[in-house]
Amino acid sequence: MPELNGGEIIIESLKKENVDVVFGYPGGAVINLYDALYNSDLKHYLGRHEQGVVHAADGYARSSGKVGVCIATSGPGGTNLVTGLANAQMDSIPLVAFTGQVSSSLIGKDAFQEADITGISLPITKHNFLVTDIKDLARTIKEAFYIARTGRPGPVLIDLAKDVTQAVAEFDYPDRVDLPGYRPTFEGHKLQINKAAKAINEAERPLLYVGGGAVISGAEKELRQMADKAKIPVTTTLMALGIYPEDQPLALEMLGMHGTQYANKATIETDLLIAVGARFDDRVTGKLDEFAAQADIIQIDIDPAEIGKNLDVEIPIVGDVKTVLQELIPYIEEKENGPWQERIKELKEKFPLKYEDDGSETIKPQYIMEEIDKYTGGEATIVTEVGQHQMWAAQFHKYKKPRQFITSGGLGTMGYGLPAAIGAQIGQPKEKVVLIAGDGSIQMNIQELGTAQAYNIPIKIVIFNNKYLGMVRQWQEIFFEKRYSSTKIPAPNFVKMGEAYGIWSKSVDKKSELDSALKEAMEHDGPAILDVHIPEEENVYPMVPAGAGLKDMIGG
Amino acid sequence: MTHILSVSVLNKPGVLTRIAGLFSRRNFNIESLNVGKTENPEISRMTIVVQGDEKVLEQVTKQLHKLINVLKITELDKNSIVERDLILIRVKCTRKQRSEIIQIADTFRAQIVDVAPDSLMIEATGTEDKLEALTELLRDFGIAEFVRTGTVALSRGQAAK
Repeated sequence: MPELNGGEIIIESLKKENVDVVFGYPGGAVINLYDALYNSDLKHYLGRHEQGVVHAADGYARSSGKVGVCIATSGPGGTNLVTGLANAQMDSIPLVAFTGQVSSSLIGKDAFQEADITGISLPITKHNFLVTDIKDLARTIKEAFYIARTGRPGPVLIDLAKDVTQAVAEFDYPDRVDLPGYRPTFEGHKLQINKAAKAINEAERPLLYVGGGAVISGAEKELRQMADKAKIPVTTTLMALGIYPEDQPLALEMLGMHGTQYANKATIETDLLIAVGARFDDRVTGKLDEFAAQADIIQIDIDPAEIGKNLDVEIPIVGDVKTVLQELIPYIEEKENGPWQERIKELKEKFPLKYEDDGSETIKPQYIMEEIDKYTGGEATIVTEVGQHQMWAAQFHKYKKPRQFITSGGLGTMGYGLPAAIGAQIGQPKEKVVLIAGDGSIQMNIQELGTAQAYNIPIKIVIFNNKYLGMVRQWQEIFFEKRYSSTKIPAPNFVKMGEAYGIWSKSVDKKSELDSALKEAMEHDGPAILDVHIPEEENVYPMVPAGAGLKDMIGG
Repeated sequence: MTHILSVSVLNKPGVLTRIAGLFSRRNFNIESLNVGKTENPEISRMTIVVQGDEKVLEQVTKQLHKLINVLKITELDKNSIVERDLILIRVKCTRKQRSEIIQIADTFRAQIVDVAPDSLMIEATGTEDKLEALTELLRDFGIAEFVRTGTVALSRGQAAK
């Protein structure tokens, strides 16, 4: 067996895990690892801030379905990862984050750039490790990747004492892991499957409520089969947009706080809610005791802790969504369209998503999304920041395939979008990647423009510029009598800023100029910024006020 | 409702922090938590006393299961376990009160483990109820300080059920 130093062992282990892309930022405590990277054929993308690096790895993981890998140094390097780890944890994204740590003899001595990152990241990772002995290194990496991508995926952090990356040992990568305390369930319980099938066959108004778990599991084919076979309408959460093509008659698109009226009304009327890899988040359910109050609930989830966490369910099935659906489908009876499907059609016709357009030169944000949808044939990967623009992007674009909409769902991280779009483009090099950003959010990790430019990552950045922190402003308008406390945010000149980074940039404020500007940006060979001025006080509707029931939807 | 959980965990660094952290993060109430070695040096056993209804208990159990180093969780049925808590109490006492306190200790099968001119230290083991009764009786004399280990418990053998 070859003798390698710790840095080289990491590189070789990453190759064994089929990693070909890593995102990172060097520093003293990881200098040995970076030395090993120097001669390796791993592609390393240097970010401009560790938060950018971890979000890029996250965007890469979401778009490619692979494990995202990032590297940061000790102390501030590690602490700058915190938001990104929490973000990945909330949305169950598989990441392996390597952090440098001071030498093992210095740990606990408040050494230069020392921070207890395993302690800090404990509640925001699926698991973490501190490696102080090179003999544990390869096995730890094997375990980290296994934990990150199996079961309910999540971020795993490996903290590396600096002497471990320097030391030399024989490299022996284990074939399998031995984790007696970690055994995810994949197959559904036979009895529960039968119960679920019976309930579905007997239901008059069944509804599929599909979440991010179905995307992670790769269950789009099974979902389609099941919905189409039994003519079950499908509503998805923000995390699952596109898993069921939104141009289909049974597609109800997003439900919840800013969901469609027809999805929310169907949720109120259904007599059997089939939750598939979804976790009954408060932004989906609103007031819990009113949510799907007429329905029995089937919940399919790989994480047993999700069953009954927020809402009691009649038929729980613990297992991998794809596997469980495969087991379930043969027992599902084929059905023809009936009164329920008629009702769905009626709801869709009667309560469509809409917005006011006065025919002037004002550019409505909803219109921009429709134009992007049209221009790209609905095929582009849409990445978002967090806020009003995120909701418009979710509402006014028809998604057709899973992993087409990439967004920070659970944590709601402003500053996620730009680095995530870079990662998403690297994960799907052939797709067109469009970042929908707010003028507030984009400024939170604006430094990553440097990364996009340096590697010529051809993302198209469309800034919905309303000179406000729009979502908070909207709440202040509706619930706080327009007391706009600290939500007015003068934007910089985004065009000059883009140009300073060497990025093609253009500003638009007339509707008649939008199409050609969009075309120019989309056709530009390389990253592009389109700064679009939208009305300052446009609201996202429909809206269910926080804590209210879905029936109390306002607007739209 | 109190529940007693017996949790076997892999003896890895930070395992106690992981478990304690989980309880605070998920807003669960721990009444007491006890860690000790087991017959297997790689495995420790924690006895955790939790407050909450069945729903809370279910979530606690499921969330604990998600920790990679947790091997097994058993809720102990109070009717078929041996449950013990240890207390050390230093009671203020004058020379005249000494024999009375010793009598009380005897009734509870407690030991006097230290005698000072103005105080006595008593060691007692037993169920929570018993130790609380003892503490209550000694309160009249003035308790200088006391410390309790919290509950440890094991299921009885099959034959004893």
